Amino acid sequence: MINTKSLRADFPILSRKVHGKRLVYLDNAATTQKPMQVIQAVKSYYESHNSNVHRAVHKLSDEATEAYDEAHEKTASFISAGSYEEIVFTKNATEAINVVANDFSRKLKKGDEIVLTQMEHHSNLVPWFNAAKMTGAKIKYAEIDGNGELKMQQLRKIITKKTRLVAVTHASNVLGTINPVKEIAEIAHDKGALAMVDAAQSVPNMPVDVKKIGCDFLAFSAHKMLGPTGLGVLYGREELLENTEPLVFGGDMIKEVTFENASWNDLPWKFEAGTPNVAGAAGFSAAMDYLIKLGMGNVRKHELQLAKHAMKRLSEIRGVEIYGPQAEKRTGVISFNMKDVHPHDVSSILDSEGIAVRGGHHCAMPLMRLLGIQGSVRASFYVYNTMEEIDALIDALNKVKKIMKV
Amino acid sequence: MELAEDMYKEELLEHYKKPQNYGKIRNCDAKYHDFNPVCGDEIEVYIKIRNGSVKDIKFTGKGCAISQAAASIATESVKGKKVEEVKGISNESMLQLLPIKVSNLRVKCALLALKAIQKAIIKYEGTKLQ
Repeated sequence: MINTKSLRADFPILSRKVHGKRLVYLDNAATTQKPMQVIQAVKSYYESHNSNVHRAVHKLSDEATEAYDEAHEKTASFISAGSYEEIVFTKNATEAINVVANDFSRKLKKGDEIVLTQMEHHSNLVPWFNAAKMTGAKIKYAEIDGNGELKMQQLRKIITKKTRLVAVTHASNVLGTINPVKEIAEIAHDKGALAMVDAAQSVPNMPVDVKKIGCDFLAFSAHKMLGPTGLGVLYGREELLENTEPLVFGGDMIKEVTFENASWNDLPWKFEAGTPNVAGAAGFSAAMDYLIKLGMGNVRKHELQLAKHAMKRLSEIRGVEIYGPQAEKRTGVISFNMKDVHPHDVSSILDSEGIAVRGGHHCAMPLMRLLGIQGSVRASFYVYNTMEEIDALIDALNKVKKIMKV
Repeated sequence: MELAEDMYKEELLEHYKKPQNYGKIRNCDAKYHDFNPVCGDEIEVYIKIRNGSVKDIKFTGKGCAISQAAASIATESVKGKKVEEVKGISNESMLQLLPIKVSNLRVKCALLALKAIQKAIIKYEGTKLQ
């Protein structure tokens, strides 16, 4: 199990005060805080190894290149990919999805279909809108039920021979729902479609094995799992990446350039044009080391424990409505509303108590509309959160009721 | 930032719970629908203009206490004013009309209604020119 007491000492930011109160950081689905080990890795990269990668033959460049390449290898092993060639570093998870969507926007034809779900984040909706618009392909949606879970029967029905791709979130950033992505990938493959998984909310929170899932593409972000911002990951099966067109063109992504033409570099570099985020990669390696040491199974257990406690205590407050399934079926993400108080006002008052949550539509406006709400308050937990912090949240919510006179 | 109690003063909550000028105007001259994409505050203003002045104004909307109370206060304030004057109302003077001091993060909520009123008038003037 995770010992939060000793672990919290690794996170400098957790000891700061906000509006004179101790910071209670419950906005981890947006981004997580960074332990000293990650901050130190970035600092040490700039202090001792900074150089460009894959170019010069001097010592520094060699060290920087090694750190950068090693981060790819570590990522491959973290999600059980076949090799580093299947790991592309991007700016963020959004860009990773865009690499695939861009390729589809070149290959889809009128009459083809893409299947998404009603619980997708804008980042797994809008790139596909663009691909559909450019090709005349059609988008279909897998629906969710009253518990915020996918209606699997309906999903099976809409995946047909016309479907080229099924793109689905592994875990909803609003409802927390963990989707059966292995089963969905199988359904897609049975019909000859590819399966892409948005894993931005799952890789940080539970063991994820791309081979077991059997998906073709998977995207996630370093900053939601203790790593630096500005670094995302696209996993793709090697034979598919070989046939995927790059999204960005320029230096380092080429093999040979003439005045007329260029040929692409080997995987994964053909997708990584220009000077990449080397310091970010060094920090990301340290973040993965940190999580490996904790054990992703333990991370999942810890979050589940927090989610259970939070759901129990939240349901004790009159007028609080929680969205999504029971704790066992979700990550450490809980969205809720308080009767007669706008989520924005709830978050403002919580902020004045030093509690950081997110209030709003969480980049999932279609889902909000489906739930019949303008937005929600979202508390999301990570490895350093404690039961006491959840109790602090509950106390603050009772204060919200008092201030807003509801 | 101020204490939460100072931000949600009685006077503000009063405007939020019982807003002035809430509703629609049929056959209005100017209308504008705007929202704040960050938090989903939403507002629609309806204005009746006579002889270059705001003869009547109403709004509908959904959103946080600050955005909706500010709409109540803003519509109350521009009623009867010359449209030229309304177009010139600065952000600062709008914020001063509120019974509370708004934190930086909430300024957008507080200005949503004023911006919608000004955009409605500009749109109205644009269509008149055509």
